[in-house]
Amino acid sequence: MIYIYFLAAIAVVVVAERVPSVGAKRALYAALGAALLLAPLVDRNDSDYNVLADAGVFVLLALGLNIVVGFAGLLDLGYAAFFAIGAYTYGMLASPQFGIHLPFWVLLFVAAALAALFGIILGAPTLRLHGDYLAIVTLGFGEIVPQIFQNLTAYTGGPNGISALDFPSFFGHSFGQRALPYYYVTLALIALGLALARNLRESRLGRAWMAIREDELAARHMGINTTLVKLSAFALGASFSGLGGVVFAAKLSLVSPDLFQFQVSVLIVSMLVLGGMGNIPGVVVGSLVLTLVNSVVLPQANALASAVGLHVDFSSYHFFIYGAILVGIMLFKPEGLLPSVQRREELRHATAPQDVRA
Amino acid sequence: MPLLELDAVTKTFGTLVAANGVSLRIDSGAIVAMIGPNGAGKSTIFNAITGIYAPTAGRIVFDGKRIDREPTYRIAAAGIARTFQNIRLFSFMSALDNVMVGEHARLRARLWDSLLHTPAQRAEERETRERARELLAFVGLERLSERYARNLPYGSQRHLEIARALASSPKLLLLDEPAAGMNPREKHDLVALIRAIRDRGVTVLLIEHDMGLVMELAERITVLDHGERIAEGTPAEVRRDPHVIEAYLGAPAP
Amino acid sequence: MHEFLAQLINGISLGSIYALIALGYTMVYGIIGLINFAHGDVYTLGSFFSLAILGLLGATGELHGPALVIDAGLALFGAALLCGIAGVLIERLAYRRLRNAPRLAPLITAIGVSFILENAMQVWKGPSPVPFPAILPNPAVTVAGVAISLQQFVVVGLAIATMLALQLFVHGTRVGRAMRATAQDRDAAQLMGIDINKTIAITFLIGSALAGVAGFVSGVYYQSTWFFNGFGAGLKAFTAAVLGGIGNLAGAMLGGFLIGIVESFATWLLGGQWSNVAVFAILILALVFRPSGLLGETLPEKV
Repeated sequence: MIYIYFLAAIAVVVVAERVPSVGAKRALYAALGAALLLAPLVDRNDSDYNVLADAGVFVLLALGLNIVVGFAGLLDLGYAAFFAIGAYTYGMLASPQFGIHLPFWVLLFVAAALAALFGIILGAPTLRLHGDYLAIVTLGFGEIVPQIFQNLTAYTGGPNGISALDFPSFFGHSFGQRALPYYYVTLALIALGLALARNLRESRLGRAWMAIREDELAARHMGINTTLVKLSAFALGASFSGLGGVVFAAKLSLVSPDLFQFQVSVLIVSMLVLGGMGNIPGVVVGSLVLTLVNSVVLPQANALASAVGLHVDFSSYHFFIYGAILVGIMLFKPEGLLPSVQRREELRHATAPQDVRA
Repeated sequence: MPLLELDAVTKTFGTLVAANGVSLRIDSGAIVAMIGPNGAGKSTIFNAITGIYAPTAGRIVFDGKRIDREPTYRIAAAGIARTFQNIRLFSFMSALDNVMVGEHARLRARLWDSLLHTPAQRAEERETRERARELLAFVGLERLSERYARNLPYGSQRHLEIARALASSPKLLLLDEPAAGMNPREKHDLVALIRAIRDRGVTVLLIEHDMGLVMELAERITVLDHGERIAEGTPAEVRRDPHVIEAYLGAPAP
Repeated sequence: MHEFLAQLINGISLGSIYALIALGYTMVYGIIGLINFAHGDVYTLGSFFSLAILGLLGATGELHGPALVIDAGLALFGAALLCGIAGVLIERLAYRRLRNAPRLAPLITAIGVSFILENAMQVWKGPSPVPFPAILPNPAVTVAGVAISLQQFVVVGLAIATMLALQLFVHGTRVGRAMRATAQDRDAAQLMGIDINKTIAITFLIGSALAGVAGFVSGVYYQSTWFFNGFGAGLKAFTAAVLGGIGNLAGAMLGGFLIGIVESFATWLLGGQWSNVAVFAILILALVFRPSGLLGETLPEKV
């Protein structure tokens, strides 16, 4: 059953991005949206929504990282740090830890703002760095942030983290242990994230990001304040992950430093690479494919294997899958599985090297 | 008052003196060329004007304001646009988007507008796109507006760079070897294009190696050699100047 | 004071391992401009290969006399050779095609290779740390009141000997000259008749072999290894390479020792849980404030 959601969503996006008519495209997306909203009328299996809500969090993270990496071309290998900041915001301000119990909805805003602030703080030192050096510095921050959360035991519960976080409630109705409310929250946040990401891409700021991605020096000559433009990418990208962190922490009712390791950052980068960096529908597909593999296919493969008497733990092949995706896509399909139509066409018709005459 | 004035601009890299006390005045509405052998310091001067390097000494005044300590983006916004010797377009963006990026400094949209697509933002975007199309048509690229910059033919890339530079409505346009790699026919078109740009009210300063083109187009010429200005004047004056002949032929003038 | 000296010696031992790994980073970066993210995992591979070879030889405990020399020597050279081959294969299969691709493509690929190697090693030896036989006898020598173990002597001695050999190779042989020429200007080197592919392959061979040596050394030193060791060690060694001035061999060694000492002192003074934070803080500060490193030179931006 759970496969249907993923495969249907992936299929709709792939088809919608290939149909020539705008009307048909909108109709397909509207149908997908309606189906996702109404699904609980048919499917009453809460564990499905558990998986889907987690997938939704990762879609949100991928949309956010896409702003930084895909639009602005700043390879951020420490994105999980902002996810951690979002999650710990909820963990510290909606739990018995300090006896503070702020509402979930308020903390969504607080976490988005805090993550954005840290996006600026951690982004600022990297402004003069390019390409791979920037990647390594962000990786360093990505390592430091969870380590600090782990070390500040008095505030964060140390390696064990903070548990028994508050259940969010909606007009007095507690979410309780059910996953369905989180499913709706992630749907709403994804809708918001998609709209904002699309708006940004088609805007003065979005063009400025792409310009610095292509050629930072030329961008400065267009009057683009690269400092401000890069920081805004870090801040906006991080804010998505702050939102994701709050939902993730509330749903798990737990935060701990080991949830935000380097692997999480690489997982999200893999989602972008798989789907096609910079292309919003591609990024959504990439994150759906990888969460499907991670949280559905591998566990079921395990069950299947043990059912036939094999002792193979497929879930220990996560690294291999991310690694193979990164290597395979970069070598054979660097534009990703679902690049924008234009990018695909242009790569196919790329003319001979142009500097022959120069 | 000149539009651009360089006053004894010096730029050194360690022990290398790339430009040594270069002075230059460009009046509004002029077409001025800067020539000189390779390594004479022409590109250094361009880079100093656009704020890539701060001059080691000297002053640069543009439109009545000192700009030699300003960052590149502010100088661009103040009205100096340029093209590059080795074309630097935004490769994976369409020709139209390249020109729209060029309009960046003119636009008013704030973060909020970009995020929410406010009515003011939408109106500005429409106007920006229209203007970008006009500029593409002005340089003869209207048919290629949706192509990625990297996939345009070489000559079109040079034209696209000019359209992108004009998009900010600059007062001064710096062209760095605009005719490099062009055939005679393309050069002929380029001369007409640069004149048309001047007729739009844009002052032009160009670096160029093609002497025929420079002599035909420029009203005044500055000659650099070994980082120093060795001559300045009308094409006819420069052509007769013994220092210039010496620099180009490598022998003392008779 | 004793504690200070003990920590210093500790740091130097640790640092010699980082220095060996850092050399590979710096050589590869110098020649193709790639942060070979998988390099740390090649180092872990080195300790796994050593472990396997010692296992084949039946060496499970302390060795003496000729057995020590032969078994340890075989493990050391075997690990270096196998790691060298692994490095060449990685370059050939994963990086060569991307030599002219946008700069981030090979870095992303290298992260992928790193994950694949880690997973392979996890499957090979399991997810937990693996004991490494304590092949060296362990008499400690007391110098000025500080006990220095034989392991520490061996670790530092082997590292320094390897580095000296590398210096001789790079500066004294034809291949070494070809490597330096290629690092300076690939096109010009090609015009001079240097086989670029071969030179880059040799760079990977040597860099990875050094990581193999480091892997053996760390196994002997810590008497334990883990599939995930290379991630942290790799990052620290990369920090060392950057700190010393990337592309600069002497810088990588200097950086390696410095990072080892910093880590050792941070562990002593701040506690183990802060040592990584300290090292990464140095990485960030070095990249931000002096990206050319201690022994590097700054170049103006080219337009």
